[in-house]
Amino acid sequence: MNLLEMTLDAPRLLEMQPLLRVKNLCKNYGSLRALENVSLHVYPGEVLGIVGESGSGKSTVLRLLNLEEPETCGTYQLEIPELTGQNLFDLNRFQKRETRVHHIGIVYQNPHLGLRMHKSSSGNVAERLILAGEKRFAELRRAAREALSASEFPISRMDEPPIHLSGGMQQRVQLAKAIAMKPKLLLLDEPTTGLDVSVQALVLDTLKRLQFELEMTMILVSHDLGVIRTLADRVMVMRGGRVVESGLTDQVLEDPQHAYTQQLVHAKL
Amino acid sequence: MKLEELAFARQDYAYAFLDEFAKRELRRKILKAIAIPGYQVPYASREVPMARGWGTGGLQVSLALIGQSDTVKVIDQGDDDSVNAANLRRFIARMTGVKTTTDTLAASLIQSRHRIPEEMLNERQVLVLQVPMPEILSSVQPSYALAREMHSDGDYALLWLGLYEDLVKYREVSYGADYPVLVNGRYVMAPSPIPRFDTPKLHQAAHLTLLSAGREKRLYAVPPYTNVYPLEFEDVPFQIEDQRGWVDASTGATGKFMSEIPQDGGSSSYQLSDTGLKQKLERQMTGEQVEIGATYFDDDTNFYIAGFLKGSS
Repeated sequence: MNLLEMTLDAPRLLEMQPLLRVKNLCKNYGSLRALENVSLHVYPGEVLGIVGESGSGKSTVLRLLNLEEPETCGTYQLEIPELTGQNLFDLNRFQKRETRVHHIGIVYQNPHLGLRMHKSSSGNVAERLILAGEKRFAELRRAAREALSASEFPISRMDEPPIHLSGGMQQRVQLAKAIAMKPKLLLLDEPTTGLDVSVQALVLDTLKRLQFELEMTMILVSHDLGVIRTLADRVMVMRGGRVVESGLTDQVLEDPQHAYTQQLVHAKL
Repeated sequence: MKLEELAFARQDYAYAFLDEFAKRELRRKILKAIAIPGYQVPYASREVPMARGWGTGGLQVSLALIGQSDTVKVIDQGDDDSVNAANLRRFIARMTGVKTTTDTLAASLIQSRHRIPEEMLNERQVLVLQVPMPEILSSVQPSYALAREMHSDGDYALLWLGLYEDLVKYREVSYGADYPVLVNGRYVMAPSPIPRFDTPKLHQAAHLTLLSAGREKRLYAVPPYTNVYPLEFEDVPFQIEDQRGWVDASTGATGKFMSEIPQDGGSSSYQLSDTGLKQKLERQMTGEQVEIGATYFDDDTNFYIAGFLKGSS
């Protein structure tokens, strides 16, 4: 075969369009500037880590991406057929809810934020499908069972309320709820903080497997560099509501350029 | 010409107790409620000589609607003779001079607490239900402001989640009364605490149903011939109370809603909850000519609209 005639595929990342595009995001709480011109792109199937100290605006970014709060300025686009070119911040309350239910999953650090603690675990997962309009009981049971087993939750305990479960189990219920609708985007806000090391490792394993199997795009917020190193492809370092550094995880963590990132990596080591 | 000759004679009380402005406000709110089936319309609940929680909401609607040619029936849990029903009936009659009756067929306006009569109502009749808690979402959303937002979004997921939880926990839905219904495909409403047995009677009913809560200051309506569906999963249909085999002790009637009366020795006897119908059946047994209307449920508890109750028999 003539080598000159052979066409080579362009590298995948050059051809792919980002799934999520955020431009110049800012957020004020009263006179406090919580976010200042944060821009980010995430490609399909990619895991973006966000690190930074407490109060750096990491969680605020996630809350805005989950359309929970109004933005002060900026645009937010998701590459989803019915939403292409649409600034999600401009949607009305009802459309925002629909988008959240169908396309975005979130796991909070505190399970009390994401779960109804006194309803059954399977009910918590089923709620997502009910919101999406599912009216068959058997189908709700099946989907809840599937999502819970995907997040490695013991099925024999699926009807217990989360209040009776351990922290690790509660995080698995949150995860099952987040992935029940097979969303394009999964937001993780310190998903393993507060769990002991062995449970943390198990939850991370599950996350990694799910990411691989469902090819979900994830944004992972953590102050734990170990978690970021395990899961994230790219990392973004935040401080005082601004992005101070971003790049491939290995690059940033091995060879930090910004003084604050250097401090952070050293503190860890 | 003197002023006394031109003006109406002085009266101590207005016709139907409420002043004309109060009645006009209520009528406007009732029209709004009819225009938006199932939507809760706030209104200025007036003082009436009766404590809140004893049917003041229903009474105000009855007083606003009642004309001199009306005939009134008042029911409390199916019973025409309970203290609450008797007091309300006497009050309405005294303030308006209208005729009263215990016969469902003879009444043009029926005020009821917790029951819909067994005999079918027609297009010329109005049913007024007394409502303690108009907000069906209050059990899942304590904030009224947020509940209103959920109504406007049509977001009833939490009610469905409640049904799911019941099925998981008890293998059946645990609502005894006040079963949530979807009216005209839009608003979910609390049908006041009528038993599940009465809930299907609202579907495509010929009569106008008005529901009013005096303490909570809200009224809402089901206009004639409106779709009213109980919330149900497609594969777990809504069910009425199973009272098959319950026979009224004095008339032998079956297939109607019964009150259970405990007997010595632990057994039970049963009695028709609708005492108006019971009296008519008893009179019929003595050989008297009595007109008994068609009922929503036949003697074998089959609902008159075939196929509406997927869960029965």
